[in-house]
Amino acid sequence: MNTGYLTEIISVSALNDRIKNLLEEELPFVRVEGEVSNLRRPSSGHVYFTLKDAKSQIRAVIFKNPYGARKSGLSEFAVEEGMSIVCLARLTVYPPRGEYQLIVETVEPRGLGALQKAFEQLKARLAAEGLFDAGRKKPLPFLPGKIGVITSPSGAVIRDILTVTRRRFPSVDILIAPVRVQGSEAPAEIIKALSCLQIIGAADVIILARGGGSLEDLAPFNDEKVARAIAASRIPVISAVGHETDFTIADFAADLRAATPSAAAELAVPRRDELLDAIERLRGRLAQRFRQKMTQRRESASALRERLRDPRRRLVDARLALDDYSERIKLAAIRHRESKRRELAGLNIRLQYQDPRAIIKGSRTVLEDRGRALRTAWEKLFSQRQNRAEGAPAAARMAASSAGQRTPPSARKSKSLLRRGNWAPELPDCKNYF
Amino acid sequence: MSKEKFEVMLAKLEEIVRRMEAGEMTLEESLVAFEEGIKLSRNCSKTLDEAQRKVEILLQDGEKLSTAPFVGAESDP
Repeated sequence: MNTGYLTEIISVSALNDRIKNLLEEELPFVRVEGEVSNLRRPSSGHVYFTLKDAKSQIRAVIFKNPYGARKSGLSEFAVEEGMSIVCLARLTVYPPRGEYQLIVETVEPRGLGALQKAFEQLKARLAAEGLFDAGRKKPLPFLPGKIGVITSPSGAVIRDILTVTRRRFPSVDILIAPVRVQGSEAPAEIIKALSCLQIIGAADVIILARGGGSLEDLAPFNDEKVARAIAASRIPVISAVGHETDFTIADFAADLRAATPSAAAELAVPRRDELLDAIERLRGRLAQRFRQKMTQRRESASALRERLRDPRRRLVDARLALDDYSERIKLAAIRHRESKRRELAGLNIRLQYQDPRAIIKGSRTVLEDRGRALRTAWEKLFSQRQNRAEGAPAAARMAASSAGQRTPPSARKSKSLLRRGNWAPELPDCKNYF
Repeated sequence: MSKEKFEVMLAKLEEIVRRMEAGEMTLEESLVAFEEGIKLSRNCSKTLDEAQRKVEILLQDGEKLSTAPFVGAESDP
């Protein structure tokens, strides 16, 4: 057999049997990479296809649930025509037909398209199962005593988380559960770490973190079993895988998704200075309210006391008011009398102006003045005539009469008339003198 | 652990302040509430002032679990 050259003649059956033994012993398990073509899904539930590359091809079958439980989280990944995959398979020969084919145990997607497809399929399936439901999400503790961090113990991720948590709240304890965050061992380590943190029970919140990476790098966080372990955790889990734009299945399964590990740390712990401020403000409001309350009570008590006045005080008040009023009424009376007195004096003055005696007196003065003027004028005239009559008989007559009486009789008469106040300007015998 | 009670204490403090501000209390009640509130706020502050944190790493030795101080560097704040 080792010579590779058979001298004996054997049957077809025997040849195929020997081929079968050779192949199945030499190649019990192989990992083969290729593209799916001629995909068929008969009603049996098995999946038949041809795995090919640029130069060659081989037939393959995926038996429906061949050996019970599956190994990989993505084993239920559904192959599609044209997809690049890596199969873990046994090589088997079917002697009746002299054909060999791959019996595929597990399938992993290969390449971006296939990985994306697998991701979408798993996401849709778990979502349909309700694993991502908002109702399942556990609230984060307000102030955790201890944070469990599942990540690589070296590198920027743990450093960022330690830095941010220390800055925000320096007294929150951290328990790091070190794991590999990529590679085929990563999912199992992450699941183990999750369960360890549950058992110890010291962590009040768990951060599951790694830096960003390609879809292949993030594969452990797109693992179905990891997703289920996260969802099953009784401690709230914050996922912080990759950067802003990378969403993983772990993100959907977690209770809260943070864009970055630093953001997860911020979500996990409040800021101590803000809390201290808040307490200070509350204390201030409390004290202020209390003081206000006391002041209010004091004021309403004193207002009541004010209303409970001693009646004797009211009497005193009334007495004072009475004094005040009587004083005021006296003053008012005096003021009134004064004003009437002033009014009377004014009227008196005005009345005096109207006194007829004064008028008469005035008129008399005028009359006497005129009388005097008239006599003066008359005497003047008389003396002129007398002087002219000294050379004539008339003058002699006049001189004779004037020797008897110096004042002409009409002048004496007019004087008495004036005295009587009845001024009739008639000098009846005056023309006799002319 | 007093930290677990922190949010409870804070919630109580907030409730006391709210009730006091709403004027829902008698004088005696507000005296009691004031004392209680001041005590709560002191305890809250004290909780926040607690000592430095511990940073530990989980070690697995077969099935045995233990913890040890973590000596990884923190980046400068």
